[in-house]
Amino acid sequence: MTGAGTPIPVMIDVDGLDALIAALAAEGREVLGPVRRDGALVFEPIGAAGELPRGWVDEQSGGHYRLKKEGTAFFGATNGPQGIKRILHTPHQRLWRTEGSGDATEIIPEPLDDTRRAVIGARACDLAAMAVQDRVLMEGTYGDPHYAARRGSLFVVAVNCTRAADTCFCASMNTGPKATAGYDIALTELEGGRFLAVSGSDAGAAMLSGLPSAPASAAEEAQAEEAIEGARDQQRRIDTDGLPQILKTRPDHPRWSEVASRCLNCANCTMVCPTCFCTTVEEVSSLEGPETERVARWASCFTVDFSHIHGGAVRAGAKSRYRQWLTHKLGTWVDQFGELGCVGCGRCISWCPVGIDITEEAAALRREEG
Amino acid sequence: MAIEGLERILAGHPLFANMAPEFLDTLAGCAKNVRFAAGDYLFHEGDDADHIYLIREGQVSLEISAPGRGSMVFQTVASGSVIGLSWIVPPYRWRFDAHARSDLRVIEFDARCVRGKCDADPVLGYAVLKQIMPVLVERLHDTRVQMLDLYSAGN
Amino acid sequence: MQAIDSHTDPMVPVIAKVTRVTRDLSDVVTFEMEAEGWRGFAPGQFNMLSVFGVGEIPISISGPQSDSSKIIHTIRDVGPVSHALASLRTGAVLGLRGPYGTPWPVEAAKGRDVVVVAGGLGLAPVRPILYELMENRGDYGKVTLLYGARSPGDILFAEELRQWRSRLDMGVEVTVDRADPSWHGHVGVVTAHLRGADFDPKATTAFICGPEIMMRFTANGLVDLGVAPGDIHLSMERNMQCGIGLCGHCQLGPHFVCKDGPVFDWAVIKPLMRVKEL
Repeated sequence: MTGAGTPIPVMIDVDGLDALIAALAAEGREVLGPVRRDGALVFEPIGAAGELPRGWVDEQSGGHYRLKKEGTAFFGATNGPQGIKRILHTPHQRLWRTEGSGDATEIIPEPLDDTRRAVIGARACDLAAMAVQDRVLMEGTYGDPHYAARRGSLFVVAVNCTRAADTCFCASMNTGPKATAGYDIALTELEGGRFLAVSGSDAGAAMLSGLPSAPASAAEEAQAEEAIEGARDQQRRIDTDGLPQILKTRPDHPRWSEVASRCLNCANCTMVCPTCFCTTVEEVSSLEGPETERVARWASCFTVDFSHIHGGAVRAGAKSRYRQWLTHKLGTWVDQFGELGCVGCGRCISWCPVGIDITEEAAALRREEG
Repeated sequence: MAIEGLERILAGHPLFANMAPEFLDTLAGCAKNVRFAAGDYLFHEGDDADHIYLIREGQVSLEISAPGRGSMVFQTVASGSVIGLSWIVPPYRWRFDAHARSDLRVIEFDARCVRGKCDADPVLGYAVLKQIMPVLVERLHDTRVQMLDLYSAGN
Repeated sequence: MQAIDSHTDPMVPVIAKVTRVTRDLSDVVTFEMEAEGWRGFAPGQFNMLSVFGVGEIPISISGPQSDSSKIIHTIRDVGPVSHALASLRTGAVLGLRGPYGTPWPVEAAKGRDVVVVAGGLGLAPVRPILYELMENRGDYGKVTLLYGARSPGDILFAEELRQWRSRLDMGVEVTVDRADPSWHGHVGVVTAHLRGADFDPKATTAFICGPEIMMRFTANGLVDLGVAPGDIHLSMERNMQCGIGLCGHCQLGPHFVCKDGPVFDWAVIKPLMRVKEL
């Protein structure tokens, strides 16, 4: 944000939202928004506000996710299984391929994705997660240029949460429910299909200024703040004070074995986690010729072969794999990147088939000897 | 060689480095300097373990032989160490062959003499055990590590 | 020194060409290769080597740092990629990324005694240290190499070991776990030779490379003799898919072995090694 002063909030309605989608598309962007697909929210290309899941909310708890009809809000449903990570750090990324063979072998790098995208409906926790992934994939000595290319051209329309799912704990992680960074425009939905919109970047401000809007009244601003405040009332929380050190110094806490006896090692938590960045590099060979290609796919530390070295897996047991995941998220991530690797989105709780709850585990590990 | 000389040599040997002078004095009475030529056997499996050998210089291989397989060396012992510990526990019998790989200079103790003095003076006996036990524990530990076959392709 | 950077994507290799292959052991080969843009490495660093159609693995560099005209790797045939690498003939092309990882702090050992302890194939990653020590022998104090191998037939770089043994300015002890009748050297574990080695513990830098168990025992043995944990350096092995801290596989507690290591000092590693399956 290079503009001077605090951005002035404006009000837009459904027509304004449609105009926003149209304007983003007119810039040559693929516009992605939350839609209902197979009983869950996913980000898919949309052409109009009418495709948004208006009148639907989510019901989430340990091992449970369901969309149900309730109210009339466009953005009533909070998080689906996949946030915006999937858009930027894709589950499958070709890295390069070869042409020719022997001395004539040529390595052709995979071109960077030049599709410009906009995402509407990104939540505060997902933007916090995006910032975490920026640190990992763009800000080190080496970076992932494919991520950087998609990230650089992404236009973000955030939506501040006005209700929390039972699994949310962003408030205790200081990542939400209000988006504070990482967006071009942030919307707060008020009653009756009205949105308080505020820009977070020059591009956002320019975009907003082209939309049909009205100045926001002090009352509307207060209503928006009050609505966000309501989403702060969350059932779950993690006390992160001193937690990294506690986790790192208790590798033999009995709770690790206890949780390992429930954990199915299905890797769901890592697949839905918006900060998990691990990948496995695979070779894909052509059946017809010598050409070959190298791809990176999402990987999970819950699989045995993740830590394989010749002779066997380092983390052969379920206990050590769960411990690795949780200790990384809430402990060693701080050593590596200067912040926690958990943003409190709660997806790992909802999508765990046995309902393992990271907030409960963190609390149990904090207690001496379980 | 004079007894004083032996005491000095004993005191300078890592095995007895920490031992009280009066004990060294007592033990020196059971010791003498001995040489072996390369290829000599110090003892064979099954022999009475009636000597203790501290290597001053040279290398000894500890071997077990089997028909068709020749002598299998399971450990080599070099300067500063002690050969075999069977002299300290009944039935005082060697369980392997000790084979000089090079010309050797050793201090040879009469094991009966040492055992007799240790029995007569348990404080000396304990002091000797304290010197010997670390060697025993280290050999046991090294053997375990050898058994792990750390350098095999699977590791 | 920088990694080869002919593409913006660090995951994209450059083409390297095998110029010479030497069979060291029945399952180990050393090969030399050339690659355009190669600007050399520091002892302890590794490259990511790709066999097209098979895959990519990290392999430490086993040649001399002073000769940047060729890149030398020593490979044991243990998995699909290493098998393919070990089967490459002169003239073959492969993909190369690197060098990556933190080097052995060899320069920092100048003026000090140096103890190098290697086990099995672990002699390959420390060989560049030995070349450096030989080339600048006057800069270092007493130099000791202790090497443990499985059997006499498994001794790597046997001819070089013979040459080093014959030098008067270096102590070399080679020991095997299992001897055959032809073997006239030591039998036993490599740690048994620490006590007899000639070095001043207070002014010694140690470099250890081999199976993790061997490195643990060696490091503890050196500490028992008075060497400071911070002066003992070892090279760790973990699963590496990217070599540059992006894939997450090689994590060891707070560290990415690929970029924070593979060389760590014992003060850092010891507490981590106490934790099983970290």
